[in-house]
Amino acid sequence: MPDKKSNKNGEEDAALKQAAKKYSRADPKALEGVNKLENKKLKHGLKKKYKEQQEAALKAASTEMLLTEEAGFLEAEGVEKTYQFTQRALKKEVDIATAHKMFNLDLQLGPYSIDYTRNGRHLLIGGKKGHVAAFDWQGGQLSCELQLRETVRDVKWLHNETMFAVAQKKYVYIYDRTGAEVHCLRNHIEVNKLDFLPYHFLLTSVGNTGYLKYQDTSTGKLVVEHRTKLGKCDVMTQNPFNAIMHLGHGNGVVTLWSPNMSTPLVKMQCHRGPVTALAIDHAGKYMASAGLDGQLKLWDLRTFKPLQEYYTPTPAASLSISQRGLLAVGFGPHVSVWRDCFQTKQQSPYMNHLQPGSAIQDLMFVPFEDVLGFGHSKGMSSLVVPGSGEPNFDSLEANPFQTKRQRQEMEVHALLDKIQPEMITLDVAHIGQQDKAPKDVVNRERKEAWEASNPQEAKELRFRARGKNSSSRRVLRKKAKNVIDQKKIDMQDRIEEEKKERAKRRAGETDEAVTALDRFLGKKRKF
Amino acid sequence: MKVKVLSRSADDYTRARSSDIHKVQRNLDPTLHPFEKAREYTRALRATKMERMMAKPFLGALTGHVDGVYCMAKHPKKLDWLVSGGGDGDLRLWSLSDQKTVWATQGHKAMVTGVSSFLEGNMFISCSNDRTVKIWDPTLFQMGSEDRGDVFSFAASTATAQIAPVATYSGKNAFSGLSHHRSDNIFATSGSVVDIWDHDRAEPIQSLNWGVDTINTVKFNQTETNILASTGSDRTIILYDLRTSQPITKVVLAMRTNAIAWNPMEAFNFMAANEDHNTYAFDMRKLDKAHNVLKDHVSAVMSVDYSPTGEEVVTGGYDRTVRVYKAREGHSRDMYHTARMQRVFSVIYTMDNKYLLSGSDDGNVRLWKARASERLGVRSNRERGHLEYSEKLKEKYQHVPEIRKIARHRNTPKPIKTAQARKKIMLDSRKTKDENMRKHTKKENQKERIPERKKAIVSVKK
Repeated sequence: MPDKKSNKNGEEDAALKQAAKKYSRADPKALEGVNKLENKKLKHGLKKKYKEQQEAALKAASTEMLLTEEAGFLEAEGVEKTYQFTQRALKKEVDIATAHKMFNLDLQLGPYSIDYTRNGRHLLIGGKKGHVAAFDWQGGQLSCELQLRETVRDVKWLHNETMFAVAQKKYVYIYDRTGAEVHCLRNHIEVNKLDFLPYHFLLTSVGNTGYLKYQDTSTGKLVVEHRTKLGKCDVMTQNPFNAIMHLGHGNGVVTLWSPNMSTPLVKMQCHRGPVTALAIDHAGKYMASAGLDGQLKLWDLRTFKPLQEYYTPTPAASLSISQRGLLAVGFGPHVSVWRDCFQTKQQSPYMNHLQPGSAIQDLMFVPFEDVLGFGHSKGMSSLVVPGSGEPNFDSLEANPFQTKRQRQEMEVHALLDKIQPEMITLDVAHIGQQDKAPKDVVNRERKEAWEASNPQEAKELRFRARGKNSSSRRVLRKKAKNVIDQKKIDMQDRIEEEKKERAKRRAGETDEAVTALDRFLGKKRKF
Repeated sequence: MKVKVLSRSADDYTRARSSDIHKVQRNLDPTLHPFEKAREYTRALRATKMERMMAKPFLGALTGHVDGVYCMAKHPKKLDWLVSGGGDGDLRLWSLSDQKTVWATQGHKAMVTGVSSFLEGNMFISCSNDRTVKIWDPTLFQMGSEDRGDVFSFAASTATAQIAPVATYSGKNAFSGLSHHRSDNIFATSGSVVDIWDHDRAEPIQSLNWGVDTINTVKFNQTETNILASTGSDRTIILYDLRTSQPITKVVLAMRTNAIAWNPMEAFNFMAANEDHNTYAFDMRKLDKAHNVLKDHVSAVMSVDYSPTGEEVVTGGYDRTVRVYKAREGHSRDMYHTARMQRVFSVIYTMDNKYLLSGSDDGNVRLWKARASERLGVRSNRERGHLEYSEKLKEKYQHVPEIRKIARHRNTPKPIKTAQARKKIMLDSRKTKDENMRKHTKKENQKERIPERKKAIVSVKK
């Protein structure tokens, strides 16, 4: 009996260790060569730190048993295929609350773009012809509905459901939950696409002018604007893992931007025609891109190499990746959902849906729900996609059931923990780490950074006193200014002559033609 | 078809009654918590800024002494008890919670050079340059509660009842220091020799000497109670053992040691406050090398005391500052100063590990917080959790340049700043000279480099 018990314990331990891998922050190579260290304090410190990290990971893994919900799934039996199941068929099998999540709003002012809040509780829709509505879609409560009588190109929730931004015909406007206009952002002109970085409080926009602009919504300042130099842009998405903005351009290029670099961090030639849609998964590892060339490509963002390539019957208009890694593709009136597509090439989709007589405009998986919402030319619809949402939310991060007080408290904490835009980098682990580059490289980088931030001073420094301090000039300076003597005049003439000659040489002109004998003339005439 | 769809009931995730606490659901999956390093850094930066913003260490000055305060003693068991001795022979007992004098007397005819409290009873002992050692019992002549702390009413009351010492011992020479045994009725005095006295004898029971003409101070080890250490004006530290009635070891340093503090947790370790601006941490078993050197003072260190945990050290300097060190680190964690505080001759870390006391030339005893930004009073569980988290974050990101800059920033008085700059120039030039000499010396003639921890030690005798 005791043997059996210990065996079972051993199995549990192994399972826990396996689970702990997900939570481990320890560098697997951290202890390489530690035993060779002579400094005992350092050796002990490194080992202790590693042990603590391992213990923390185990502790975190052991809290998994407290998670109450399990992820949804859809399985076919016999000759059935999951992609054959229609929403109508699903509706019969699921509970009433879930059945209520499948709905279709017939609206005339489309096509519609949509956005869900980070906790998945609130929905914002914006029709091209000026219809904007914000509501708690699960509770069925409308918070506001606006008729703007102006083109609406995109809508976006800000940090919570109390405020949202709308990209209208000319400017971007910010409204509160009652529908009152709070701000008009006059420096965002003709914006096609909006996005919001919730941890940085940055509203980003890109539009017909080809400028990517970052606006801090907590201070109201325009942080930076980057000229993409690639023309009109209407595809933009954020990498939720490192807050890098991905833009899809008309020449098939996808560019990666951070507010700290005026040039793209990465340029990827993804398609042969214009890029039509982009989506990035929550761990920031994979990107899906669709182009007018009819291709749907999946990329690994760690290597920037393609993983899989698919064709869509018509070019995809919108893409979305769910929290559990399902990829939704909207093309023409179709929506298809793919499972495990980043790991292996899939032969058939996970689910299909046809929205007859309509074109899909905007797709989005709802966080923490098995629901996919999409805006199309005839309104807005919502589908149930089992297994798409993360089953267990974290109340301190995004809580679908938060009360008003909790929302207010979370807002304050989010503002206190606001990450400065300077900290946006491709490698998020970079913060707090030692710069291991050689000293001269670090110094050069520091100097370049300083020059970039203080261009005026750097310029002055660079040109100060060049050529002003030659020995002959020093002699001239020392001589009394009001005395004319021949030596001084001669010296001045010589300096003038030399100066002219230098200028001439710089321009590439010479007095006489070069002959073979010129090589004997000495250093001055070397060509 | 087998299907399961996420469907949460609001009842499972919200509280039933408004009197309940909110339900909190945690999921520690790292993908749900992006930017953890950036957010932690932001919090660490905020915590560091808050710490510096809230750093107000000065709690109050205990006024009463007319001349400077040159010695102080805490009680091993009583938190509220502080005895101080002044330059004019004035002795005072303070209630630290009231920040007031409870008892005072003109105990000696000359400067009080040492006071010490002891476990038994409510008494304390004092020694002076007037060649006497006296034991006092403040409970015999305590002031009435209504006129407590008021010096003038106290003077009136003493006129009626003359305060007299419980016992008086007279020696041949002036006494320079005093330390009482932890448990026995024995105390040691320093002067021309180290004398060991019994409470019940008029003459010293032992006299210990090792060729020194003047002993500055003497200190009993409070854990290994038979050991005591003394410092001499000939730059020596001598260790004695009462059981063998003779000195154990003598270490000669480059400059004079002004004070000694024994580690209350590690009985074999002690700190020696030296005239050369440094405090040296010694292990009494290995005196050929200091195991730590606490730098940062810009003038002689006059006094030193360990925290009751043995983790921290407080020093008072001739440069008018009090510095707090972590016992295992080389530079001070904090520096305390005020515009009016003069040369600090005695410092004490209180037994609750929370406060510091400094007695200085200007006649005030000052009460400081040991951790400058700590909030006094009871803290809720939640607040404590938050503080512990912030503390850990500060520790984790302490080496990031922005955070280090903020954490290290202090408003330093100008004289100290200039002295620091001068000292740096001096030390740098000495180092450069040394390096240049090394560079221009043949390898076979080159002397070995002396580690910083050995530099101050001239010789060890056993």
